[in-house]
Amino acid sequence: MSKELIHLSNISKSFDGQMVLDDLNLKIHENEFVTLLGPSGCGKTTTLRILGGFTSPDTGKVYFDGQDITRIPPNKRQLNTVFQKYALFTHMTIAENIAFGLKIKKKSKSYINDKIKYALKLVNLEGYENRMPDSLSGGQQQRIAIARAIVNEPKILLLDEPLGALDLKLRQEMQYELIRMKNELGITFVYVTHDQEEALTMSDTIVVMNQGYIQQIGSPESIYNEPENAFVADFIGDSNIIPAIMIEDKLVSILDTRFACVDTGFGHNKPVDVVIRPEDVELVEPDQGTIQGVVTHMIFKGVHYEMEVMANGFEWLVHSTTMFPVGKQVGIKVDPFNIQIMNKPESEDEEAAAIDI
Amino acid sequence: MRNTARKIYIALIFIFLYAPIFTLMVLSFNASKTRAKWGGFTFKWYSALFQNRDIMEALVNTLLIAVISSLVATVIGTIACVSMSGMKRKTRSILLGITNIPMLNADIVTGISLMLLFISFGIRFGVGTILLSHITFNIPYVILSIMPRMKQLNPSTYEAALDLGASHTTAFFKVVFPDLLPGILSGFLMAFTMSLDDFIITHFTKGAGVDTLSTKIYTEVKKGIKPEMYALSTIIFVTVLLLLILVNMAPSGKNEKADK
Repeated sequence: MSKELIHLSNISKSFDGQMVLDDLNLKIHENEFVTLLGPSGCGKTTTLRILGGFTSPDTGKVYFDGQDITRIPPNKRQLNTVFQKYALFTHMTIAENIAFGLKIKKKSKSYINDKIKYALKLVNLEGYENRMPDSLSGGQQQRIAIARAIVNEPKILLLDEPLGALDLKLRQEMQYELIRMKNELGITFVYVTHDQEEALTMSDTIVVMNQGYIQQIGSPESIYNEPENAFVADFIGDSNIIPAIMIEDKLVSILDTRFACVDTGFGHNKPVDVVIRPEDVELVEPDQGTIQGVVTHMIFKGVHYEMEVMANGFEWLVHSTTMFPVGKQVGIKVDPFNIQIMNKPESEDEEAAAIDI
Repeated sequence: MRNTARKIYIALIFIFLYAPIFTLMVLSFNASKTRAKWGGFTFKWYSALFQNRDIMEALVNTLLIAVISSLVATVIGTIACVSMSGMKRKTRSILLGITNIPMLNADIVTGISLMLLFISFGIRFGVGTILLSHITFNIPYVILSIMPRMKQLNPSTYEAALDLGASHTTAFFKVVFPDLLPGILSGFLMAFTMSLDDFIITHFTKGAGVDTLSTKIYTEVKKGIKPEMYALSTIIFVTVLLLLILVNMAPSGKNEKADK
């Protein structure tokens, strides 16, 4: 793995007595696209603001390239932020907006002009120098905000839900744009969002957060396929989370039915949660299935049919390209490899703290 | 039919509102000294006015006090708004409530209270006390006109400026101040107008021998109304009217642009 650039060490922060971040530890590497993902109030924005220097942590340290920058103000940090509502300077032209940081650093006029040209080209808005921010669409303003940040050549770009205010189509377009820009610039992106699809599409690493704790850190694939607890499984994509008993290694009892699985090391007869993604549930003829059930709902979703199957008292969510009509008796089969076993949290707090590294 | 009724109604309202002022303006151009008859058109009261040293002195006082008091009030009010925006919502709304009270307070109460305050502190009455009083009653108007703009401000723009390397001072003057400017300007003009046409508070806080235009008119009228006073009142009315038009135009022009 490449060089470590940011190290958040034992960061805690509370507002008005309410704990927002609790002993958070996180390392971010050079040239990585890291996404902080979680529901609102999970502490992701606070983490970003601590990185940017707008909020100082109650305890803990922020290291940048090995140096302690915890007490260094935002204007002295080698990173730039793209704010949620763009935060363009409305009384300045696009060129003046982009030049703002460079003028403060007293760069030469020709250098600034070159940089403005380069940045506008990078964000595909050439020729917009003399427009006012108000005359641009939301998506264009967002690009200018990015251009304004990157001309300062930060080592890290912080993005606070930058696509939150855009419509779906534009958002998907911008996701590809952001990946392209990141590859072109070769810098680290730290991205905050509550949109799991956005996170899965763009990130090298996803940090799933909830209630001030990091729930899981991993690649999009590992977060999706091997969620470490029920929160992650539930937050990332649709899933069936079913209470179960781990009978022994590689054998789990789900809804009083024995399923083969691949996980080991959970002990004997231990209560666990299992996660099965809806696309991993196979519907077959009743006699071929491990469990039998009845289809209760069916919706056509375009790529697949979404069905709900009542079996052994649990409503299974199923995504399949084959349609089974409502009321039909079906069998349910799951490939052992697709059954993900998770330790059961003993209390809600523990659920939040499940992966407190 | 309904349209005609509507027009007559509006005409009546305007007659009631402006007939007195119109009469005054007409009389200021009346060559005859009596109010009863029209003696021909003249500017002589206006020229007499400008030759009257007492009145010119009062005019200088008035303008001086208006300019200084509104400038000082604008600076204080702006700083107050900036600090209040950093406060918690609850503290801020309480503070805003308190700053609004002097505007609702009867002028005579404000005037007498200020007079008593100056007496109890042993401050000598004169231009200084008028100035202090005007600054005091102007601050709320300035806050009133800046605060709405402050609330519209995107808090991220200030942080964005810091993020791009600006110091706190640079960030304020380059980014926050230009956004507040329309509010600050209209606050200044409003304060200027308030100071210009104040009579009651000035009356209680001025010393003997010091006069502003409004108190001057009052003393002159007590001695018997001279047509110069019509001329003077006309000038004051027109000035205040122009200023008010300015105040109303300044922020609205900007807003339209921002709303687009």
